[in-house]
Amino acid sequence: MTVSIVVVSHSEKIADGAVELAAQMAPDVVILPAGGTDDGRIGTSLEKVLGALEQARAKAGDQSGGQAGDQSGGRRSAAGGPDGTVVLTDLGSAVMTAESALEFLENPGGVLIADAPLVEGLVAAAVAAQGGADVQAVRRAAEGVRSPAAQPGPDGQGPGPEPVSSAPPDCTGDFELVNQAGMHARPAAKVAGGLASLDAEVTINGVDGASMTGLMTLGAGKGTVLHVEAWGVDAERAVEYVGGLVEAGFGEP
Amino acid sequence: MTVALDVNWAVKWLTLCAQAMAEHRVELIELDRAIGDSDHGENMDRGFQAVLAKLGEAEPETPGAALKMTAMTLMSKVGGAAGPLYGTAFLRAATALGDSAEIDAAAWAGALAAARDGIVARGKAEPGDKTMVDAWTPAVDAARAAADGGNGDVFGVLVAAAEAAEAGAVSTDPMVARKGRASYLGERSAGHRDPGAASSALILRAAVGAAA
Repeated sequence: MTVSIVVVSHSEKIADGAVELAAQMAPDVVILPAGGTDDGRIGTSLEKVLGALEQARAKAGDQSGGQAGDQSGGRRSAAGGPDGTVVLTDLGSAVMTAESALEFLENPGGVLIADAPLVEGLVAAAVAAQGGADVQAVRRAAEGVRSPAAQPGPDGQGPGPEPVSSAPPDCTGDFELVNQAGMHARPAAKVAGGLASLDAEVTINGVDGASMTGLMTLGAGKGTVLHVEAWGVDAERAVEYVGGLVEAGFGEP
Repeated sequence: MTVALDVNWAVKWLTLCAQAMAEHRVELIELDRAIGDSDHGENMDRGFQAVLAKLGEAEPETPGAALKMTAMTLMSKVGGAAGPLYGTAFLRAATALGDSAEIDAAAWAGALAAARDGIVARGKAEPGDKTMVDAWTPAVDAARAAADGGNGDVFGVLVAAAEAAEAGAVSTDPMVARKGRASYLGERSAGHRDPGAASSALILRAAVGAAA
């Protein structure tokens, strides 16, 4: 499973830079820029977006060629990757151009537009894709970064607590961060990416373990104890996975 | 007057659109400077010049094919919000017309309605928001009324749509913008014509010129 990602921005530099940033966290994910107009001005171009969607299909097809995994009956879309493509956009008319591209392609299955902030959403989506999440989950990961403000607060505003957390967790664990830098971007990407591919709902000190940005908002430094709670079939594996990474210091000093 | 709305008419229409955008480029820039980011005239001019170039290369066989080609070109070359909005309008109109070699009064009214619906779907604007929808909606209504009551006179439908779009563009003058960049200005957007409504009226007026 390899969900690919297309970045539509008014600026070629923003699209290229955002792709470069996300690729660091998700080296195996096909992430393609579609920034600026055809003649290098500020704006968005249908042709560039269509080209990127087409390329996403070609490239992701190459990469997943050896994999037998297929989530849903193997419907190949006319554009976008075989496992789906998530489109991230910046300002209003980039959204319109992306929507127009889908209309031009007569709404191919498996191409989803994420309503998310470009950079944070892209990084979260890339990490989820790297972890093997399906196209819906990748879009959710991108859209999830919007919610720090909307996350369940004591005032009862927002979407409310996740229903899963009302039952006692199937597995828990406590692990102390031993690496100097604590839970910074790269460790957060590793944790979130790995958890995204498991069949488990995981919280770490109360935030969604599959959300890279959620983990980063913990601001957890060296010596902080992470309390991991997991629900679902892979609950035990999830806790072991986090524990293994934390105790190994994420391979960092 | 009897005139056939065939592919020759469509090509002439698009050519006149390009002329109108070039002629009114500065005017559209001035309108957009007042309440937007002053690129509408330049973007529309560039977009339709690209359409002209495309028409020179490829020879579309039906009005629908000409409009679809225009949609693709505008979406790729305009750059600003007008690109996907007009692109969607032309694309939906092309889809509504299908492979027909000639457009009759009812079909033209239907294509305009499809175009307007596409603009609304993409831009999420409603009548009264001070956008191009305020030119398109009266144009669609007038075209329908003319198609229903005009003995199949397709020229009358073109004229009715153009006149209603022009009146609709004027009607945006006192409106307070609720969509697009002009909405950031709030009350200060009143007293200026919406550039998108103005360019929409030019496009529908060019459709009359192509049949005259």
